[in-house]
Amino acid sequence: MAKKEYAFYPGCSSQLKGSASNYLTSVNSMCETLDVKMTPIPDWNCCGASIGYAGSGELARHVMNARNFALADEHLHGQDVVATCAACWLGAKETKEKLGASAQLMADTNEALKEAGLQYKGNTQVRHMVEVLIEDIGYEQLGAPVVKPLEGVKIAGYVGCQTNRPFGIAGESFENPLYLDKLVETVGGEALTKYEQKVTCCGGALAFSEPEKSQAQIKDIVESAYDQGADMIVTPCPLCQANVEIYQSDINKRYGTKFDMPVAYYSQLMAVAYGATPKQAGLDGHIIKPTKLQEIAVKVVPTGKR
Amino acid sequence: MADLKYAAYVCSGCGIGERIDAAQTAKIAEKEGKIALVRQHPFLCSSDGVALIRKDIGEGATHVAIAACSRRAKTEAFHFPSVALARANLREGVIWARPDTDEARETTQEMADDYVRMACAELKKMKLPAGNPEVGRSTRILVVGGGISGLTAAVEARKTGYEVVLVEKQAQLGGWAAKLWKRVPDREPHAAPVDTGVRELIDAVTKDAGVKVYTNATLAQTSGAPGRFNATIAIESGASVNEEIGAIVQATGFSLYDMNRLPELGAGKSPNVVDQAGLEKLAREAEASGQPICRPSDGGEVKSVVFVQCAGQRDESGKHLPYCSGYCCNTSIKQAMYFKDANPAVDTVVVYTDLRVPGNGEDFYRSAQHKGVVFTKGKVASVEPDGNACTVNFRDLILDEDARIEGADLVVLATGQVANAGVDIENADATDANGAKPISILNLNYRQGKDLPKLSHGFADSHFICFPYETRRTGIYAAGPVRRPMDIAQAMEDATGAVLKAIQAAENSQLGRSAHPRSGDLSFPMVRLDGCTQCKRCTVECPFGAIDEDEKTYPVFNESRCRRCGTCMGACPVRVISFENYSVDTVGAQIKAVDIPDEFSEKPRILVLACENDAYPALDMAAMQGNHYSAFVRVIPVRCLGSVNTIWITDALNGGYDGVMMMGCKHGDDYQCHFVKGSALATERMSKVDETLKTMSLETERVATYEVAITDLKRLPQLIEDYAKVIDKIGMSPMKGFA
Amino acid sequence: MGAMNEQALAKYTNNFLREVEERVEEGEWVKMCMQCGVCAGSCPFGPDWEHSPQKIFMMIRAGKRDEVLSSDSMWMCTSCYNCVVRCPRELPITQIMHGLATYAQRLGLAPKMNPTRKFSLLFWDNCTRTGRVNELKLALGLYFMDGLVAGIKKAWAMRNTGLGLLMAGRLNPFEILKGHECKDKAGIQRMLKKAYEIEEKRRGFAK
Repeated sequence: MAKKEYAFYPGCSSQLKGSASNYLTSVNSMCETLDVKMTPIPDWNCCGASIGYAGSGELARHVMNARNFALADEHLHGQDVVATCAACWLGAKETKEKLGASAQLMADTNEALKEAGLQYKGNTQVRHMVEVLIEDIGYEQLGAPVVKPLEGVKIAGYVGCQTNRPFGIAGESFENPLYLDKLVETVGGEALTKYEQKVTCCGGALAFSEPEKSQAQIKDIVESAYDQGADMIVTPCPLCQANVEIYQSDINKRYGTKFDMPVAYYSQLMAVAYGATPKQAGLDGHIIKPTKLQEIAVKVVPTGKR
Repeated sequence: MADLKYAAYVCSGCGIGERIDAAQTAKIAEKEGKIALVRQHPFLCSSDGVALIRKDIGEGATHVAIAACSRRAKTEAFHFPSVALARANLREGVIWARPDTDEARETTQEMADDYVRMACAELKKMKLPAGNPEVGRSTRILVVGGGISGLTAAVEARKTGYEVVLVEKQAQLGGWAAKLWKRVPDREPHAAPVDTGVRELIDAVTKDAGVKVYTNATLAQTSGAPGRFNATIAIESGASVNEEIGAIVQATGFSLYDMNRLPELGAGKSPNVVDQAGLEKLAREAEASGQPICRPSDGGEVKSVVFVQCAGQRDESGKHLPYCSGYCCNTSIKQAMYFKDANPAVDTVVVYTDLRVPGNGEDFYRSAQHKGVVFTKGKVASVEPDGNACTVNFRDLILDEDARIEGADLVVLATGQVANAGVDIENADATDANGAKPISILNLNYRQGKDLPKLSHGFADSHFICFPYETRRTGIYAAGPVRRPMDIAQAMEDATGAVLKAIQAAENSQLGRSAHPRSGDLSFPMVRLDGCTQCKRCTVECPFGAIDEDEKTYPVFNESRCRRCGTCMGACPVRVISFENYSVDTVGAQIKAVDIPDEFSEKPRILVLACENDAYPALDMAAMQGNHYSAFVRVIPVRCLGSVNTIWITDALNGGYDGVMMMGCKHGDDYQCHFVKGSALATERMSKVDETLKTMSLETERVATYEVAITDLKRLPQLIEDYAKVIDKIGMSPMKGFA
Repeated sequence: MGAMNEQALAKYTNNFLREVEERVEEGEWVKMCMQCGVCAGSCPFGPDWEHSPQKIFMMIRAGKRDEVLSSDSMWMCTSCYNCVVRCPRELPITQIMHGLATYAQRLGLAPKMNPTRKFSLLFWDNCTRTGRVNELKLALGLYFMDGLVAGIKKAWAMRNTGLGLLMAGRLNPFEILKGHECKDKAGIQRMLKKAYEIEEKRRGFAK
């Protein structure tokens, strides 16, 4: 299989030493196994995220995203832009669609980009890492390198919002997307398909500004995982990961619960199943330790299987 | 008359042979059923099996009993129109309805044996139906009403090659549609009002020699039956002409609900408050003058229009129309576009409680939103005209607060449709929703009244659930807003459907056959007048007004008005009405043929009289799905529960049956009975059976009536099981062994 | 900003819907709402809003300009897009809510003390300063946005979380000095300045 190459857009939280740096670590490990080459877009910038709206207005937001497209086109011509962060993907994809639909917006954007010596030609494809896995590689191929199936690990697939709405992954429903469960099964884990909070909002950026309301949401998300007998939650979104993991101690204080539910990325499951060390899989980057994954990651792989 | 030759065939296919002793069953047909020719076959519906039967028929068999699957199955294979045919239901009715266990084997066999006895007994009483000798002569279609529905019916009849007589009360054809400026679009992209097309329809009708048009004309009398209606038409000159007619489409449309009944909405207080027809008039005048639509009070420019939906409709106070007319939301959207398309600066607000735009109206609604028509969810409380402006006070139903729109130049009230359905045959003094006393439209000389029966809210008859154009007057079909409120597109579709049904009725009458729903049935009710006591029950109870009375009040059957439900047969106290293949005797013989075990056998027998349209198929399907029921029941399909004559019940009870279950369709306002009143009549008759039971010293539980639906696949077997428990509780009938 | 509001008022007297259509991102969709209420029932913060999107749209049509623009409700949007995917009319409700909030902010009518408004501005300022988010400064800025004392209290309350992230290598204490940033900061600044200029012209804010 020829090496697959993509223009990588890691985003602010998933860069080195960012709040989701362990996402990056595990994605790198996973991609190495899958023979996928991710080249960061040189000098990429922030997408503005959903929450930046009050300051950005419309055009500035699109210009920020278009700058990344222009850079990718210039330096990594022909490669799809792949984001790992849900918000980056959503923001970039929205810009791509909006500019594609409006010649005026496209012209205005390029007028602004010119100030930075750049031009967006409109031919960039925007993908999420999950799309690369499912569409370009496929579940079967994803299962092939598994050397440590996650046997007996019960996993609640928490898809959250922004990898699911408004664009979503092709062929999946908004109300009950199944790809995360399928990924879990692909690496030998037990997908808790009846986990009912899989697309509930964690509060997003409002976890910072409206903590009580957001934590009520997060409480439901974690509680339902316990109800289903989950060992851990898995998610494709850095903000979901952070919110659902970090605020469990606050929620415990607020509601008298005893939550201690690990929240990991799909890429960490895959890295561990592919034989990565705990460090390669970013397992050291958690406040609530994903002990089940840890146990599997430290197991010695029988020789000859790798 | 040729010799009667009886033949019976017992099939052992589909597992019948494994579950019952088919040879024993065949022997019963021969010995007890007294059938001369009895054959067994492993696969009777195969070409080989069918050929065998055909050969016997070719050699003279006149009556054939087939013991195989349900009478509803393999109807094409077992189609032998030249013989009288009885079917014993051994598959769906016996082996599939019973568990395949050792302990069930004996009772299952008894069921099969009984069904064969019953089929043989029925066959002995059957005759081959010969068809109605009084065949129709005309296939011309009379269309009553020259509006969009009537014109469409006429055009569609002509396209099919049938002649038309069209009667219109007004001087001009076109009805309401001719008064509209434009109509709601009926095809893509559903974005703007379009031409009504009524001119083209009028031309098509008036230029066609196959359509005889009478304007300024009414029906002075309508008599006869499908294929031989006689319409007496009162024409303009005061003279009358007679036309022979095959079938009739009544498309007499609607009147607008009178807005003067709504003074609280400003009607009558200012010329700037109009109904939807009033706005159409303004729009046509504007087109003629080349000016924008003007304010009636002073001819000033209209800058702001408010449309009030549900004006005098969906009213819960009892003062106005309780129903939704269904078309008026689309009409208001269309009328708002009259303004917006001419001048986008005109403010148009539609105040609605629920915007109801069925079908592609949704696209039309969306188009209006694009054009800037504002839709406000609210309920209008009052309209206050003041000089040239009106204030519309309403409750905002989203923000839940009182609100007002001031300075409206024009207020349009969406008032809804009142059917022009003629007189209320059940209440001669009734007035319509506008307070008017209607005059008859059809002037039928029928015993049961001059016009079509009415359903709720004064609309003409229609079998809403199953057959929308069907009325209770065979050969007369209601189309358009006379049968329910509707718009132009729906009325045109309605008229097309109704006229095709009318053609079918006329054609069936030519062949002496029944019209819908037993379409093609050659049997018809026969009466032995020398036994008749002139009690009039048949003439009163016939759901279709098919039976008139002569001067001595003897019944006069109009066979082609008959639907073959048998309600008259069920009603007749002296049992002089019968069909050749369905009579008091054919069912009575089946009841008597069942072998009744003695009181100590612990084997009760329950007679089930099941409506062949819903209950019987439901039982078949229940068995197909493996829903088992008691082996103590013996099921006889009946044409309609209305055809059940109480003699069958008393015969059964006298003969030692332990209980009788009657299964018919839902009745009442939302009835599901194919024959409209049959199940209701049966229930009423059975309420009087209690007395009979008491005189026989029997428990009232021994006769039970049920409303069932074709979908009751789980419920029906459960009903039977529950009833069997009731019988178990009250004990075996003391009447056994006396018959 | 008060002056800008005065101008808008003068131009759109009695026609707030038209104002929204012309000046708010995706505002032209407001008229297409069919008032079904699915958005209101789909919002994770539904019970916490004063006005659901459905009501906001109705208020716009009813010309309730002040009530809409000073409402807290748009600022309750978590950008979960649930309303967007469920709306039978396919209105971009999330974007309209953001657009209304942004417009209210521009006119100076947005609720001053709303924490999400503050965070939103803080975020955009933070990420555009260098082209990338400085997460430490963002967090600290958030804690201190209501003043020094409140900030110290919040930071203290969150000390365990912060420590946890620090230990997990997900919070870099040195970001306080120099965080992630783009090389072409200056280009980004120029490009954004141009973008603001163009948008002001397009939406009719330019003087």
